[in-house]
Amino acid sequence: MNILMAILTLGGMALIAGIVLAVASRAFHVEGDPMVDKIDAVLPQTQCGQCGYPGCVPYATAVASGEADVNLCVPGGERSMLAIADLMGVPPKEVEEEAAVPMLAFVREDECIGCTLCIKACPVDAIIGAPKQYHTVIEDHCTGCTLCVEPCPVDCIDMVEKEQVLEEWTWAAPGKRPSVPQTLHKDEENHAASTV
Amino acid sequence: MLPALFERFGLNQLWPTGGFPGGVHPPEHKITADSPIIELPLPPQLILPLKQHIGEICAPLVEVGQHVLRGQKIAKSQGYVSASVHAPTSGTVVGVQDHAVPHPSGMGRPCLMIEPDGEDRPDESRAPISDYRNEDPALIRERIRMSGIVGLGGAVFPTFIKMLRDQRHPVQTVILNGAECEPYLTCDHRLMLEHAHDVLRGMDVIMHAVNAQNGVVAIEDNKPDAIAVMRGAIEAAGMDNVEVRTLPTRYPQGGEKQLIQTITGKQVPEGRLPLHVGVLCQNVGTAKAIHDAVCLGVPLIKRVVTISGDAVPNPANVCVRIGTPIPFVLAQCGLEDLNDVRLIHGGPMMGERLPRTHVPLVKSTNGILAFHRQSLYSEQAVEEPCIRCGHCVEVCPAGLVPNELAWHCRNDQFDRGQDYNLFDCIECGCCSYVCPSHIPLVHYFRYAKGQVAKIEKERAFAELSKARSEARDNRLAREQAERAARRSKVRKQHAPAADKAAKTAEKKTDEGKTGEGKTEAVKKEGDKA
Ligand code: SF4
Ligand code: SF4
Repeated sequence: MNILMAILTLGGMALIAGIVLAVASRAFHVEGDPMVDKIDAVLPQTQCGQCGYPGCVPYATAVASGEADVNLCVPGGERSMLAIADLMGVPPKEVEEEAAVPMLAFVREDECIGCTLCIKACPVDAIIGAPKQYHTVIEDHCTGCTLCVEPCPVDCIDMVEKEQVLEEWTWAAPGKRPSVPQTLHKDEENHAASTV
Repeated sequence: MLPALFERFGLNQLWPTGGFPGGVHPPEHKITADSPIIELPLPPQLILPLKQHIGEICAPLVEVGQHVLRGQKIAKSQGYVSASVHAPTSGTVVGVQDHAVPHPSGMGRPCLMIEPDGEDRPDESRAPISDYRNEDPALIRERIRMSGIVGLGGAVFPTFIKMLRDQRHPVQTVILNGAECEPYLTCDHRLMLEHAHDVLRGMDVIMHAVNAQNGVVAIEDNKPDAIAVMRGAIEAAGMDNVEVRTLPTRYPQGGEKQLIQTITGKQVPEGRLPLHVGVLCQNVGTAKAIHDAVCLGVPLIKRVVTISGDAVPNPANVCVRIGTPIPFVLAQCGLEDLNDVRLIHGGPMMGERLPRTHVPLVKSTNGILAFHRQSLYSEQAVEEPCIRCGHCVEVCPAGLVPNELAWHCRNDQFDRGQDYNLFDCIECGCCSYVCPSHIPLVHYFRYAKGQVAKIEKERAFAELSKARSEARDNRLAREQAERAARRSKVRKQHAPAADKAAKTAEKKTDEGKTGEGKTEAVKKEGDKA
């Protein structure tokens, strides 16, 4: 009798829990694959293709499906890699290529022939110009992906280092030497001599 | 809920030593407390950064070669949070160029260079408002804005913004901050002693502008002479709604939130302004500048600075034109050779070491301290592991747990850092000061705050790039669809002709084919037959 009671009670509880779970899985059903979006959100959106995929979303899709490694994004560097590894629940892997200093594309305007090839190559529409007119790069929008350099038939696009400005300066971690630009004011010594 | 409970049981004054929790009492070293303010001569050249305040950079109004008068506006503010720049003396503009400014990065900013002509002729276009009590507060606020006045305690936030008459948050109390809790600095102390009347008038202007009922002059108890002088001046001026409050000497008593907590017992909640608790806080130097701007019509072109430190032969309080090169100021105090000397801009607790010496004195400069290299670095010991003594927790005036916070910042776990209220840290440096393991705690917090801002910026840029890349993909798809649509439309429009053409073409090929095909067909037929 006791055994029967126990079986009934536990069985009943299991049944109720089962029903609740079944209802919950229906009610709180999530559509789509949120993983791709989550991975895409931690990528730097440079759209450079250095990972071997044609942009950040394709790479995120490839990672989510387990096809690509977590350490292929070069501009994202270690931070993106750690975030992706965390999302995917896999051990972190070293990023092989060093992330370079932030760069910007620069069109040498007097050499530009106005062919629009770079405009077509830019993944973020950061180059403006019309056929047979000089083209120019909108600095604030350039991601430094270098995709416009190759198509230029007259090689008039340079990648230049992004200028460091005071407003964007931040403290270095303790123990690391703060970077003081040594060449900023060449005439400073003369000034010092003339004003003291 | 909890604060209300505390209040109910009379526990809102949990900190018997006065006001805020924590704090330290470093050696005062106020060696210049008895030196009267000296007016310095004009330097051969003035360097005026176009941004000496918090907010937008100014745009120059003058050209190279132009002659300017003392007090003439030479750069105008762009945007709301900004403060214009005025010529400190009459002379010629000799350049607009990047020049190093007092900043821990050692980097430069656009500056205007002026060569004084020695005549110091004033620009008299701004009339004094002597009867300010009967003047429209909005006009007074505008005068303060036009005069380029910013908080001279070191924060350099444009003053007029704080002086808003806001119906929702009326200001009851104006607090004049004369605490000067930083060691070495004595410029506010001397201002109160020598210009008590002007300082009080400035305070009266502020009180009128924001319609405040009462005022408090807050002075630490290590300046009994200033307390006596201010009390006397208040009595002489007959300002019976203003009182002098003596505060215990404890760093950072002069921090805005700490001062308000000491005086009103109210805490300014996180992310809110003093305005929200009905208080307006202004520094003594700012009050003097407001007096000069309103009652004398003189914009902010000079300020009082303490020059001190063991490398300075004649430490002094000096009144200097803004833009004067710091080496020139130090030379006036007897310090010529800057090799082997380390300069600190501001006080020793919150000031920043200057990696470059040839920089101008700016609106935020309340002190310049020069130390011999040895005396600064001999005390600096190596960082050792935290021994969890808890001293940093005891002294933190913001109620943080610096050791835990630093742990997360060191490991670049900025999210965790923010869980530990990283952004409540006022960077007072008390924690680093007491840490027996010489952990540069406040440096970790500065680093972490910078990194958080950087990450946030990168994230915003990534979002922008993503939006632009998506817009481009959509555009390409749309263009392709349009092209396809146009093609099919053209085909439909010319449908009869095209169809005919297509058919004849088909026939032709058919015929052409049938040349060979016929035989096949014949063959097939033949087969069938
Ligand atoms: S520097 Fe920040 S953490 Fe350290 S005591 Fe001051 S407020 Fe607290
Ligand atoms: S004072 Fe220094 S050693 Fe003591 S708990 Fe804080 S960080 Fe650790």
